[in-house]
Amino acid sequence: MLKQPTPETAPLVRKRVSDPLPVQILLIGLMLLFFIGFIFLPLGLVFAQAFQKGWSVYLESITESYALEAVKLTLTTVAIVVPLNAFFGVTAAWAITKFNFAGKAALKTLLDLPFAVSPVIAGLIFVLLVGSRTPFGSWLGEHGIKIIFSTPGIVIATLFVTFPFVVRELIPLMEAQGRDEEEAALTLGARGWQIVGKITLPNISWGLLYGMILCGARSIGEFGAVSVVSGHIRGQTNTVPLHVEILYSEYNFAASFAVASILVFLALLTVALKVSMEKKFQKNSSHH
Amino acid sequence: MGLFQTKRRNILPGFGLSMGYTVFYLSAIVIVPLSMIFFNTFPMGWDPFVHAVTAPRVLASYRLSFSTALFAALFDAVAGLLTAWVLVRYRFPGKQFLDALVDLPFALPTAVAGICFATLYSPMGWLGATLTKWNITIINSATGIVIALVFIGFPFVVRTIQPVLEEVEQEIEEAAHCLGATRWQTFRKILLPHLFPALLTGSTLAFARGIGEYGSVIFIAGNLPMKTEIAPLMIMSKLDQFDYAGASAVALVLLLISFSMLLALNAIQEWQQKEYR
Amino acid sequence: MGIELKNITKKFGGYTAIDDISLNVASGELVALLGPSGCGKTTLLRIIAGLELPDGGKIILEDKDTTNLPPREKNVGFVFQHYALFRRMTVFENVAFGLKVLPRKARPSGTEIRDRVEHLLKMVQMEWALKRYPSQLSGGQRQRIALARALAVNPKVLLLDEPFSALDAKVRQELRRWVRKLHDDIHVTSIFVTHDQEEALELADRIVVINKGRIEQQGTPQEVYDHPANAFVYNFLGNVNVFHGRVHNGKVTLGSHRVDAPDEFKNTEEKASQAFVRPHEIGISRIRSSEADLEGTIQEVRLMGGQIGLNLECEGFEHPIEAEIPRDLYINLQLSRGDKVFVSLNRVKVFTGDYAI
Ligand SMILES: Nc1ncnc2c1ncn2[C@@H]1O[C@H](COP(=O)(O)OP(=O)(O)OP(=O)(O)O)[C@@H](O)[C@H]1O
Ligand SMILES: [Mg+2]
Repeated sequence: MLKQPTPETAPLVRKRVSDPLPVQILLIGLMLLFFIGFIFLPLGLVFAQAFQKGWSVYLESITESYALEAVKLTLTTVAIVVPLNAFFGVTAAWAITKFNFAGKAALKTLLDLPFAVSPVIAGLIFVLLVGSRTPFGSWLGEHGIKIIFSTPGIVIATLFVTFPFVVRELIPLMEAQGRDEEEAALTLGARGWQIVGKITLPNISWGLLYGMILCGARSIGEFGAVSVVSGHIRGQTNTVPLHVEILYSEYNFAASFAVASILVFLALLTVALKVSMEKKFQKNSSHH
Repeated sequence: MGLFQTKRRNILPGFGLSMGYTVFYLSAIVIVPLSMIFFNTFPMGWDPFVHAVTAPRVLASYRLSFSTALFAALFDAVAGLLTAWVLVRYRFPGKQFLDALVDLPFALPTAVAGICFATLYSPMGWLGATLTKWNITIINSATGIVIALVFIGFPFVVRTIQPVLEEVEQEIEEAAHCLGATRWQTFRKILLPHLFPALLTGSTLAFARGIGEYGSVIFIAGNLPMKTEIAPLMIMSKLDQFDYAGASAVALVLLLISFSMLLALNAIQEWQQKEYR
Repeated sequence: MGIELKNITKKFGGYTAIDDISLNVASGELVALLGPSGCGKTTLLRIIAGLELPDGGKIILEDKDTTNLPPREKNVGFVFQHYALFRRMTVFENVAFGLKVLPRKARPSGTEIRDRVEHLLKMVQMEWALKRYPSQLSGGQRQRIALARALAVNPKVLLLDEPFSALDAKVRQELRRWVRKLHDDIHVTSIFVTHDQEEALELADRIVVINKGRIEQQGTPQEVYDHPANAFVYNFLGNVNVFHGRVHNGKVTLGSHRVDAPDEFKNTEEKASQAFVRPHEIGISRIRSSEADLEGTIQEVRLMGGQIGLNLECEGFEHPIEAEIPRDLYINLQLSRGDKVFVSLNRVKVFTGDYAI
């Protein structure tokens, strides 16, 4: 790795002292006030509530069997959703960035569509498609396949909600990298899968990982869409966020926040990973 | 559709395969499911449709979702601009930490945010207790919804303004100074117009997200009919009554609003590109 | 025959990038494709390598029709304009890539690959960089690695797209000589693209001048330089003074002067023409040596390495005439700005027609 100033620190060096000090203090103070009200207080509250009845209750709440079942279901969902959307992301980004075809812009817009859809609608559409009261759904039901109010429903609703995350990271990255290296590999006798495996994937590995982390974080936390298709059956179709909701609505606040604290921890981890990977990105891009 | 054809044979391998899979997966996960909204709404006929989406409770929910999302987006515009400004322009200890935390609302499950705000502002909560003394109620009110939506929309504004602000050329400001402008004039006349497209984009994103938001809102909203029922909740309750047509009708209107926001956003971005190179 | 192109045509939408080009390159020959930016050089090279498919025509490599073969089966070495080194691989892995992706049966063993890569790196004088990544190399070094990588698979044909364009003048010169020597050693049929006439003249066995997707002329550097086929080629190869005038009965009008036209214009009717004279073929003296000499005033003197460049204002000529004379002559004649001198135009090249520059 070459030692170069990262783009982040470089402009700081020549940055002028801008506003007068009182203005700076005022603005920083206002921002801190906002952060306290909207970030720190909620975060602090989660842990305060989670531990209000002490460690033992906390541990019990997060190791109780329904909680563990919820964790298992959430992990299952993530384990299915992230690879599927990651594979799709790579495939779609390959098609879009390595070839020219009519309708490319329209296709890119379609890929972003799930972002514009309310989570509740994301759940609704699958109820309308494969719910037990629809023709397709009842046909499936006759053949013993249940989607809505069971795990497959949770998985496809989550697939929909997190659909754009990976592909959105990859397209700009691969567009910037161009096709030169792939073409060079081609002239050197490489086959399709060798090009993808040895050239393209290593080149996009960080972007792919980044997209997968965002996709994973959202899969863990998705509430609205999953809430519609889940059926809220404890121990069966309850994901971690749904479990938090149920405990909360039963006024079991300590347990609810205890489980929520796991999610907060994961969110903080995601944010930390995001920051460290962005640094990595900048270092990599400063080489080329 | 020209989607499947190219004028020339492709040199790199795998176009047919990757394109085929892309279109298949996109259709299976997104297009076909979304089209169910239309298929469930059309058979209703026009009058029942209008009846369903103009029922007083539904109208009240649209009005509430729209207005709270708008207020939250406006608040986010101010708070986001302030935060972006401070994070880009100033140096102080802990800055990177705060910068990282801007993304928290993206990463935090909405349900967790929901129960946090509901508890904070409950009559016995950390903030609610004080506010109750002053006779201010946040919980079960539109204000509560706005607070939840401010939290959700905040990163959109900061993250769209930040890169633009970072790229503002120092010379532009210095030139304005040399011409005798005060700092405030420079900000209002030079910087703000420059930042405006990004500010608009960010707030529109926050607004669009706010209209559809569910998880963070329902806990603090209290869901009182005609008063604090948001539009996504209307869909939910229609679903609970197995009124699929009604739910799709409400969803269709909401979708159309969201898509027009998306189109407006594209228009903003095009205008932005035309305006600045 | 190393490379045979027959009536290659390529269109991008409605734009014809390659317009019916036919070209033969003998085995072991080093040919330069020379032309201005956007004339289709890269496109032609990519067509030969199979990275672009022609709309018409045939590509025959070593007597085998490869028009519709994928690049993988063409066995063509391609050095990209911006190198296209694999950024996530070390220099060693880059050069070894073409060997490692061979089908198992044809793939050399690990030690054979190692030996071959080391041999190639030694050849391009980069053996010390084995473990480096492309981002840790300079432009000229990357260029050599790209070359070694292309040569690793023993290509039948080597194609180089503006191999020196991204380098500074000095490195460029060095690498150019080095490539010529390398080619003399290994004798692989090669085509390289350039828009630098000096590079083409110095390096190539043969030059093919291309303009707007068509071949204007091909021949040895000497032929092309001394006997340009048309005004475009003449103008493109080196600095030149252009005079717009008329040719009539063996005389050309240049400004207010008339000079003898070359033989082929002996008996022509009056026609619009262009006359070209290279700066170094303009004679300067203190005394009139012939009737045809022009009288000029030195307007500007420029130091150009071993040569001295002069801008001469001659009466009857709209633009100043550029001349280049050896330094010795300049000193002998004791010239300086404002001096009056006699100017003779030697080897005037006349083209009729309405070619516009
Ligand atoms: N993929 C493409 N689509 C459309 N037009 C193209 C494409 N590739 C090349 N062209 C056009 O074909 C013409 C020839 O391009 P080419 O790259 O071969 O030029 P070149 O001679 O290599 O120029 P340079 O010296 O600048 O590299 C140009 O006018 C270019 O705009
Ligand atoms: Mg080129």
